[in-house]
Amino acid sequence: MAELSNQLMAVAVLAYLAAMVCYAAEYAFGSKSRIGRAAVRPARQLVGAGAPFDPPDEDLAEEAPRPDKKGEILGWVAVGFNIIALLLHLGALITRGIAADRMPWGNMYEYILSATFVGSAVWIGVLLRRPAIRHIGLFVTLALVLLLGADGMIAYTPVGPLVPALHSYWFVIHVSTIILASGIFLIGAVPATMFLIRDGYDKGKRRFPYSLGRNTPDATVLERLTFRLHAFAFPLFTFGALIAGPIWAEASWGRYWGWDPKEVWAFISWVVYASYLHARATPSVKRNVATWIALLGFATMLMNLFGVNLFFGGFHSYANAGGM
Amino acid sequence: MTVVEERPAPPAAPPPKLPYRLWVLLRNSWRQLTSMRTALVLLFLLAVAAIPGSIFPQRAVNEQKVSQYYQAHPSLAPWLQRFGGFEVYGSPWFASIYLLLFVSLIGCVLPRLRDHARALRQAPPDAPRRLDRLPLTAEADQTAAPGDVAKNAAKVLRSRHFRTKVREQEDGGWTVSAEKGYLKETGNLLFHFSLLAVLIGVGFGHWYGWHGDRILVAGADQGFCDSLAQYDDSTLGPRVDAADLPDFCLKLTDFHAAYQTTGQPKNFSATVAVTEGDGPAKTRTFTVNEPLRLHGANVHLIGHGYAVSLRYTDRYGVSQTKTVPFLPVDGMFTSEGVAQFPDVNIDPKTNKRDSTLQVGFEGRYLPTVGSDGSATSTYPAENAPALFLTAYRGDLGLDVGTPGSVYALDQGQIATGDLKNVSGARPHELKIGDSWTLDDGTKLEFLGTRPYATLAIRYDPTQTLVLAGAALGLLGLMLSLGGRRRRVWFRALPASPEGSGGTLLTAGGLPRTDYPGFADEFTQLVKAAEEGTP
Repeated sequence: MAELSNQLMAVAVLAYLAAMVCYAAEYAFGSKSRIGRAAVRPARQLVGAGAPFDPPDEDLAEEAPRPDKKGEILGWVAVGFNIIALLLHLGALITRGIAADRMPWGNMYEYILSATFVGSAVWIGVLLRRPAIRHIGLFVTLALVLLLGADGMIAYTPVGPLVPALHSYWFVIHVSTIILASGIFLIGAVPATMFLIRDGYDKGKRRFPYSLGRNTPDATVLERLTFRLHAFAFPLFTFGALIAGPIWAEASWGRYWGWDPKEVWAFISWVVYASYLHARATPSVKRNVATWIALLGFATMLMNLFGVNLFFGGFHSYANAGGM
Repeated sequence: MTVVEERPAPPAAPPPKLPYRLWVLLRNSWRQLTSMRTALVLLFLLAVAAIPGSIFPQRAVNEQKVSQYYQAHPSLAPWLQRFGGFEVYGSPWFASIYLLLFVSLIGCVLPRLRDHARALRQAPPDAPRRLDRLPLTAEADQTAAPGDVAKNAAKVLRSRHFRTKVREQEDGGWTVSAEKGYLKETGNLLFHFSLLAVLIGVGFGHWYGWHGDRILVAGADQGFCDSLAQYDDSTLGPRVDAADLPDFCLKLTDFHAAYQTTGQPKNFSATVAVTEGDGPAKTRTFTVNEPLRLHGANVHLIGHGYAVSLRYTDRYGVSQTKTVPFLPVDGMFTSEGVAQFPDVNIDPKTNKRDSTLQVGFEGRYLPTVGSDGSATSTYPAENAPALFLTAYRGDLGLDVGTPGSVYALDQGQIATGDLKNVSGARPHELKIGDSWTLDDGTKLEFLGTRPYATLAIRYDPTQTLVLAGAALGLLGLMLSLGGRRRRVWFRALPASPEGSGGTLLTAGGLPRTDYPGFADEFTQLVKAAEEGTP
């Protein structure tokens, strides 16, 4: 079963790669497609009484002409690969869980596997509701492939049972909410990056990486998506890291907060994401400044995942099984 | 105050008086401090200031690692010490950041609380003159009279939980003002006040809480009672006195550990006999994630190991037995420790202690000796236990009064030659039951081992307050992030100046927060108001 999980994992990465190639092909060969254009919408809407109102960001695409059939097909092939990859990813997680006879969240390898799955699932969910953002799929799959590759190379751990410190139902609550939050933060970081690129492109910057902004959805669409993903993930992260974690820590280690390196960096991430939400709610702070803060928040999450696990150790060192 | 001179005011404004200038300075500083920009900067500083605590070892987390750091970086460590690098989260600079942040927070949320309380008591403001300037607008002709149309619209809004106010205007028209989503601001305020509650809770917990660590070896002769002297290590809050500790005693009657074949632990549990106050002894079992909760203290199982029982018989035939915990150094419980016998080899005739004849044994205990003869254990349970000891004789250095580790011999004494190795370079191997005769004819017997449990005993009186604060904060956060404040106005004007025959109904909507679905809601509201069906 463990072997099957590893094979599914490898195939899933290949499927993500295939999706990435197709997204990239659409990106490169489709000129500014209908999607990029359609996402541009008037800032203010006037509604006639009783007239059906088009909700923002959706369905507007239908009104635009379709100049680019080939890119369109490539794009949907990419989405197809992406969905196949997601299913394989799910299979890898389930078989891993069956092999270990527990929730597959016991070490760093399984953690990244789960968090990227959440990210991928949220991405597909958002994509199906708002097809207009398909163009950032290239960067979503790129992020997923990079993380999964790093996971397999740096963090791979054979299937094993949990150390006694993890024998608690808080394990399920604490870890699952943090995995959910991390996955959504991960997907939130993609439109955040794309917003910054697009924003630069709109301001006339044309060198790399701003040149990538040519084909992305409209800046306001990206910015709003960024905010909504973060606004959803932040309370989850608050609950997982700052409530469920301390409750468990109190039962297990006798103190609810002890400034363990993992706790320090969770605190830092929380403060940075809180700054993002504050900055975004403040009119005098520019949206691109706020978005930079969101990306900084994701950098602190990555630091907590790789930096703390690999260099600092501390109480949360379950990355390598063993010890109490 | 100076005396005000009696003369007409000069044409130019007089330079402001010092108290006034001070007042302006104070007021501007306060405004600066409570501005969002400052709050953002302080939040960033807080995040940055927290980083050193994850890089340098912290006293509150691991005292031992701090000493190791001192040895590894002898020139850097004192400087770090000076700037609080080993106590980042208790340092004045860290405190100054979060205290400023909280002052800024109070300065920001108190006026908002006042405004929000006012908004909750007041009706929504009257419609602006030009509804068609609003982000969402609609228009319709109605046959009913303006007053009825307005009341209908108000009914629709009220049934959808808008706070609604109908006003009759002087020009014969009617306006309906409605607002919804007050919970957003309520949640926002709740979140920030909860943060204050958490800070206060953490502060009081620090003042009135205490904690101590203790290694408890199994056996009736190894009991522990809750008093400061009996802890291996303890910290009392500034407002806690040694006499405040609750009265209880623990004896470890059983310790159970199970392992995988790989040596990875499966589960642990400790069984203790507890006496609280004058009560009877009760048997309780607790494990890693389920602490023993007593009145006024929680006992947490945070580790375990083996204590080695040794009997030393000196040159006068007097024997002493000691059971000493050995500390595990790896996951297979290769354990290191020391047994010191300072009060041995006392001549019964003179009854005087000869400090050159004290004895100490240092070495390793391996619960399972591997077949390859390496000095580390191969399995954490006691499958093939053996003890490897080196004997020392001389002055153990215990009388000097400098606190040293009880798990190692005084290396200074060995360096000066006051304490000599008397058993050779190779440690002597002892199986359980073996006895070992030293060069001077004295004898050491390895009687066996007993398990011990490492206990963390803690009391934090404000834990519940902090948890409640955090839970309320989360609730507030969700309301604040999920809430959507919006205003809707209707204006019903007579269609013709004489006031008969119909109404011109205009509507305007203003989302006060980012709310993409508002256009849908507005359309439905207008439709319902036209049809008069709530």
